[in-house]
Amino acid sequence: MTALFKIALRAIMRNKLRSSLTILGIIIGVGAVIVMVSIGQGAKAFVEEQLESLGTNVLIVIPISTTHAAARGTTGTITLTVEDALAVEKECSAVSYVSPGVRTTTQVVYGNMNWTTGVSGVGPDYQIIRNWPLEDGRFITQQDVNIMAKVCVLGQTVVTNLFGTLDPVDRWVRINNIPFRVIGALSAKGQSPTGQDQDDTVLMPYTTVQRKIMGITHISYMLASTITAEARFEAIEQITSLLRQRHRLRPNEENDFTVISQVEFASTVMETSHTMTILLGSIALVSLFVGGIGIMNIMLVSTTERTREIGIRMAVGAKEKDILFQFLIESTVLSSIGGVAGIIFGIFTSKLVSYYGGWPSLLSSPSVAVAFFFSNMVGIFFGYYPARKASRLNPIEALRYE
Amino acid sequence: MQDIVLLDDVYKIYTMGEVKVTALEGVSLAMKKGEFVAIMGASGSGKSTMMNILGCLDSPTRGRYYLEGTEVSRLSKNELAEIRNKKLGFVFQSFNLLSRTTVVENIELPLIYSKRISRNDIDRIHHIMRVLGLDGFQKHYPNQLSGGQQQRVAIARAIVNNPALLLADEPTGNLDSATSRDVMNVLCDLNHNMGITIVLVTHETDIARYARRIVVLKDGKVLSDTPSQTSAMPLVQAP
Repeated sequence: MTALFKIALRAIMRNKLRSSLTILGIIIGVGAVIVMVSIGQGAKAFVEEQLESLGTNVLIVIPISTTHAAARGTTGTITLTVEDALAVEKECSAVSYVSPGVRTTTQVVYGNMNWTTGVSGVGPDYQIIRNWPLEDGRFITQQDVNIMAKVCVLGQTVVTNLFGTLDPVDRWVRINNIPFRVIGALSAKGQSPTGQDQDDTVLMPYTTVQRKIMGITHISYMLASTITAEARFEAIEQITSLLRQRHRLRPNEENDFTVISQVEFASTVMETSHTMTILLGSIALVSLFVGGIGIMNIMLVSTTERTREIGIRMAVGAKEKDILFQFLIESTVLSSIGGVAGIIFGIFTSKLVSYYGGWPSLLSSPSVAVAFFFSNMVGIFFGYYPARKASRLNPIEALRYE
Repeated sequence: MQDIVLLDDVYKIYTMGEVKVTALEGVSLAMKKGEFVAIMGASGSGKSTMMNILGCLDSPTRGRYYLEGTEVSRLSKNELAEIRNKKLGFVFQSFNLLSRTTVVENIELPLIYSKRISRNDIDRIHHIMRVLGLDGFQKHYPNQLSGGQQQRVAIARAIVNNPALLLADEPTGNLDSATSRDVMNVLCDLNHNMGITIVLVTHETDIARYARRIVVLKDGKVLSDTPSQTSAMPLVQAP
């Protein structure tokens, strides 16, 4: 067996250009598999992480303009009120915390720096619902809400863009020429499953945003956390029936709001990324398959070219299996060298893609092992036919071959 | 003394589509250990077929072939490969050495298909190379050697496994007359000094004369089987 290995290695070394081109086919195939799988898995892990960061027990209630409501005019989306939010918190047993929310986009100014971002008016429980730790300072309190305090909490993106490396706490920023005191900074949370930068935000008491910035009395959404992740279905029912009752909707009327569960939302995104992984992976597998055909092609040429050598080996006593193994080892060595190089190439490329493309990539050792295993299987599978053909040669004819 | 080779009424019939070609027609032949037999005949006489059967590269259609008392005419391909490996050595007209493979590696080729190469084998290869005047060419490649030297390497490869029978198929066909003499003297030496049984296939009378027994084939049958009249054995032994 050692001798057969030596023979195979020597044959590979003898035709360096041909061997490297064959190996290149496998490198591209395996590399593509690694890149595609790692990007796919990265996306999946990213979504999972996001799901975790959103909280598996978070529900969002948003107003919708039903056909019926739309018929009443263009103001069909002002159906949610602060009272609705308070009622949900008080009366729905499956709900633990509720935060009313209002949202607008505006310019925030600090000194000569300015940054346009989303300003969210939220309640004191927002931090608990979103499970979002503070980097510095304190969060909005019920007291802030009650007195419409001109205070704000900044997301990391806003901190970086307005303050650079300065500590933002207790400094003053201006929005619509009104000064607001920065009371805290949120820790970095990264992208949402839909790709939005969650750190690009300014949080304020919802009363402040309603009165001082937007001049409205309704809320644009409410955020609720359920007592457990499993309780979310019950919570959705409770919220729906409570709000229908509060909005005085008749049984034949459609809801003028909708309750969205983050879990269902995220799992849709996850399903999409899973489908993408499978799609990309199968395209990559096709290129590995093509690489395998390259091996088969070269091995067929090689066995024909070396017919006489095979004849000599048979004449001095090489058995069928000796010849079979000699060529099988040759194709497998080619494919496994291609496999190892392809894995390195793939890891390198996926790092590059995630670095320059801002794309998350994750490489698990099982996927590397699977890729290596696959490349070996390609060598055995595509090398078997040529090797068998070689081993079945008639020694008399092989010796006479010119 | 036991026969090394015993052919008993051997037939070889090739079927090419509808046509049947009888290459050997009832050949019976016995060879004792240490014999040096030349097989002669015109082309189409069946000497190549005979060579292939003797060399266990092919099996007879009918009849029996005993090699060192073992019947080998009904063995499988793998069993034949084993017989070739253990009991036979080949020398071909076109040398049939592996190119881009060193002289030593060519010589040890039969050994890698039978066992691990031991210290003894290495010593034996050295000895054979010295006897055949190949000392110092260990790391050379066949294309760096002359025709005569290449044929000596082939002979060394043929005897490295201590075969019961050495088959030489037109060993001088690609060589000039001086080198031919040289190679034939090597074969005679091996036969004379080491007692190796040799079957030589040739169509040249001069070359056949080195053997001590000449079998002439015609149309697949043994035409004559006679001791060589004028032995060309060298009177002076090679050093």
